Amino acid sequence: MKKYIDQGKNDTRSGFGAGLAELGRTNPNVVALCADLVGSLKMEKFIEENPERFFQIGIAEANMMGIAAGLTIGGKIPFTGTFANFSTGRVYDQIRQSIAYSDKNVKICASHAGVTLGEDGATHQILEDLGLMKMLPGMTVINTCDYNQTKAATIAIAEHHGPVYLRFGRPKVANFTPVDQKFEIGKAVMLSEGTDVTIVATGHLVWEALIAAENLEKQGISAEVINIHTIKPLDGEAVLKSVKKTGCIVTAEEHNYLGGLGESISGFLATTLPTPQEFVATKDTFGESGTPEQLMDKYGLNNKAIVNAVVSVLKRK
Amino acid sequence: MPKLQELQDLTVQVRRDILRMVHKVNSGHPGGSLGCTEFIVALYNEIMELKDKFEMNGKGEDLFFLSNGHISPVFYSVLARKGYFPIKELNTFRLIDSRLQGHPTTHEGLPGVRIASGSLGQGMSVALGAAQAKKLNKDSKLVYTLHGDGELQEGQNWEAIMYAAGKKVDNIIATIDYNGQQIDGATEDVLPMGDLKKKFEAFGWDVLDIKEGNDLEAILKGMKEAKSRTGKGKPVCVLLHTVMGHGVDFMMYTHAWHGKAPNDEQLATALAQNPETLGDY
Repeated sequence: MKKYIDQGKNDTRSGFGAGLAELGRTNPNVVALCADLVGSLKMEKFIEENPERFFQIGIAEANMMGIAAGLTIGGKIPFTGTFANFSTGRVYDQIRQSIAYSDKNVKICASHAGVTLGEDGATHQILEDLGLMKMLPGMTVINTCDYNQTKAATIAIAEHHGPVYLRFGRPKVANFTPVDQKFEIGKAVMLSEGTDVTIVATGHLVWEALIAAENLEKQGISAEVINIHTIKPLDGEAVLKSVKKTGCIVTAEEHNYLGGLGESISGFLATTLPTPQEFVATKDTFGESGTPEQLMDKYGLNNKAIVNAVVSVLKRK
Repeated sequence: MPKLQELQDLTVQVRRDILRMVHKVNSGHPGGSLGCTEFIVALYNEIMELKDKFEMNGKGEDLFFLSNGHISPVFYSVLARKGYFPIKELNTFRLIDSRLQGHPTTHEGLPGVRIASGSLGQGMSVALGAAQAKKLNKDSKLVYTLHGDGELQEGQNWEAIMYAAGKKVDNIIATIDYNGQQIDGATEDVLPMGDLKKKFEAFGWDVLDIKEGNDLEAILKGMKEAKSRTGKGKPVCVLLHTVMGHGVDFMMYTHAWHGKAPNDEQLATALAQNPETLGDY
């Protein structure tokens, strides 16, 4: 299989910060808002270079979403920054009415998604955000896998008209996608071709999927690995093309199996080409305190869990 | 400048529109609409500086955000009679395939509407964003809003009220429809909100009262005063003391007509109290 090299661990939120800083230099309409989490979201560079285009809202996320919607009316492209939990569930109705239903060009940028937020525990570890956001008509939903991809996605969504939910995380993870890649919203990325099983992963699980595929190769199993960064609109064609070849699929995400990427794919395949599928995802549970590695292991969100899911799904072919 | 009589004629006609719209579909919110008729008429025809053609970005003109979206009948009637869309379209209020949804929305592309509202408490935040965009764009025009008094029970308002003063958003005039009524009864019985004037002032706003909120002259005078207070480092709040259901005697001084349409007989009585001035749609 194709080999990928970790260019040096980095956090996806820093990719967001770097992308935002670049937008600050290249797109005068981009403005940024934050609800008292500037450091966590790595927004300092943008603020330093564009103080007049930054709005510190304070701990008031509902107000932030409304202000972002209003800023679009004057032609601005607002990027809001806070944790994923406070970017979605806390402000669902504000996003629904003032942004999605009103078709406002707001980019909701959400860090610290999932259990890899770590020690702060379940109050802050949202595992339901992809589902909440993908159910909103017109909302584009993106979950990036590493620093480079997050930076590229941040830059790309400024060019896309319409509301976007961009999800990334806290921990330093492998940075393995190309520097200065072109990010295409809604387009899956083929990472490694294979013939026995399709592994479709998003976010932090993409690197784990690559490790899993390597381990499977040693067992004589050829896995095809696809990075789906855009949950909505889903690149169904890429999935269909792959499962026509492999005949089974494992989906992997740092999210509840209800409402996530796996659910979107199973819904799509049920109406196109019913295919045996296993879910690597949390099983309708809240998270808890712990290190990211401990939590990914305990909740079955790592390469071991992906290998086990592949073994299961192969038996159902 | 339209003469006062012209504004008064328009006010009566808008009242007729409101009553006929909600009667036709046996739904909608006449009480708050009637109570705010003079205000919205004055706003669109005398107070705000508007461009002839509607553009979403609203650059170079005053903006208005209706936060209490349920009083859509008065909003739609005033917009139509201002020329934003055909007056005949009022006939489609709340019907299937209409641009005149139960609550205002941008979704169907109705000219004059810049944000969906109806789920309460969100309009002030949106208006603050629009006001700050104006500042970034070096646009000296103002942002006006209207909120129900009961709507202030929604917490997001107080986030916005704190923010507006803290960040010196002084190109906004937020008006509160101070009618003392909400769906379940008098605000004083449902959830007493204390002294709203003192609350806004404590948050750092410049607050003024328009005691006769159903009197056009009082509104014009009060809003002129409000406008003169913008640009001085503080957001401006107007407490507009209105009577819910104003202009129809049996709908006044009660919350009963908040979200209820008149029947045929009641409509006839109500219309008789507001004789046709500019022509029904």
